[in-house]
Amino acid sequence: MQVLYARHHVRVYRFVLRLVRNEATAEDLISEVFLDVWRQAGKFEGRSAASTWMLSIARFKALSALRRRPEDELDDETAGQIEDHADDPETALAKKDKGSALRQCLTKLSADHREIIDLVYYHEKSVEEVAEIVGIPEATVKTRMFYARKKLSELLKEQGIDRGWP
Amino acid sequence: MSAMKQEAPERQEIEELLPWHAAGTLSRRDAQRVEEALARDPELARRYALVREEFGEAIHLNESLGAPSARAMEKLFAGIEAEPNRRRPASFDLGSRIGEFFSSLSPRTLAWSASAAAIAIMLQAGLLANIMLTGTKPSGYETASAPSTDPGVGAFTVIRFAPQATSDDITKFLEANKLSIAAGPMAGGLYKVRVAVTGIPKGELARIVKKLQEDKVVGFIATTE
Repeated sequence: MQVLYARHHVRVYRFVLRLVRNEATAEDLISEVFLDVWRQAGKFEGRSAASTWMLSIARFKALSALRRRPEDELDDETAGQIEDHADDPETALAKKDKGSALRQCLTKLSADHREIIDLVYYHEKSVEEVAEIVGIPEATVKTRMFYARKKLSELLKEQGIDRGWP
Repeated sequence: MSAMKQEAPERQEIEELLPWHAAGTLSRRDAQRVEEALARDPELARRYALVREEFGEAIHLNESLGAPSARAMEKLFAGIEAEPNRRRPASFDLGSRIGEFFSSLSPRTLAWSASAAAIAIMLQAGLLANIMLTGTKPSGYETASAPSTDPGVGAFTVIRFAPQATSDDITKFLEANKLSIAAGPMAGGLYKVRVAVTGIPKGELARIVKKLQEDKVVGFIATTE
């Protein structure tokens, strides 16, 4: 279990943290995720990658935790990463850096859009694996990713960065 | 005109696949289709450049999120301890786990991981050889009692060093914190590291682990018996 935890805990933690946006909650949740993995190990049939199975459990736990919360609370650190519309000179300078602006916009996406972007880009999940984790058809996976990217472009445009797409 | 109408849905279909093409998770057949479309459609190629930007920044953002503290692992193993005794499931043996782990990686990740692991193993093997050949004395937080040479006596942590840590970084880290390697490398590239030559209270050990965790040389750390 230690080996499994050592290999996967950081990525599972980051996936959960991006959804719940609270470090303490994310830490509590990954303990629960790996405890469930330990409990359900006998049920894992190996039809999918272990990481896909763990991310499915993590997603379920994160969404359950979000439902228990009255609203999407942000911890100070995460809130600090999100830009205010009234830009100070430093923020305005940061906007000139397209990469920094892109990262800020990635934090502003809805939970559904953050989730799919992270699963595809960071967790390197295929269309089939994302469908399994999120529990939606493969065609919906592709269209949701498309709309997540479209929203990202719109957020960038609001910051004065026009990518010429869509 | 009718040709454009026929082409548009195909471009839409290919465009939807671009994020997976950037991540290297398409089937060979789909990847080939995307490559061919990119070669003949400059606008699609321009949009693919946007996808590559997003891909890079999404990784950058996630990598900046840090890692959980040792508290999460402590809570997990306390939870396991509290569970009723159960037989370890046969499907959870190390061999199958390793197989599942590698099968879960994309070819790109696998290639990078293999290179990083090879470098890390060489560096860490070099480090251990250096420590043994130069006779570095294991120190630790010494008390009035005589230091023990018994590898099972003392206070310990398990550490996996960050893949980018060099042997110099690791040596400096061990010396600066008066640590010595008691065993390893074990499965998962973990080392058992002695932080004190005698047992110390759990709270004190947790404080030391927390401090060590902040060092960039440390990829993973937890207390151990």
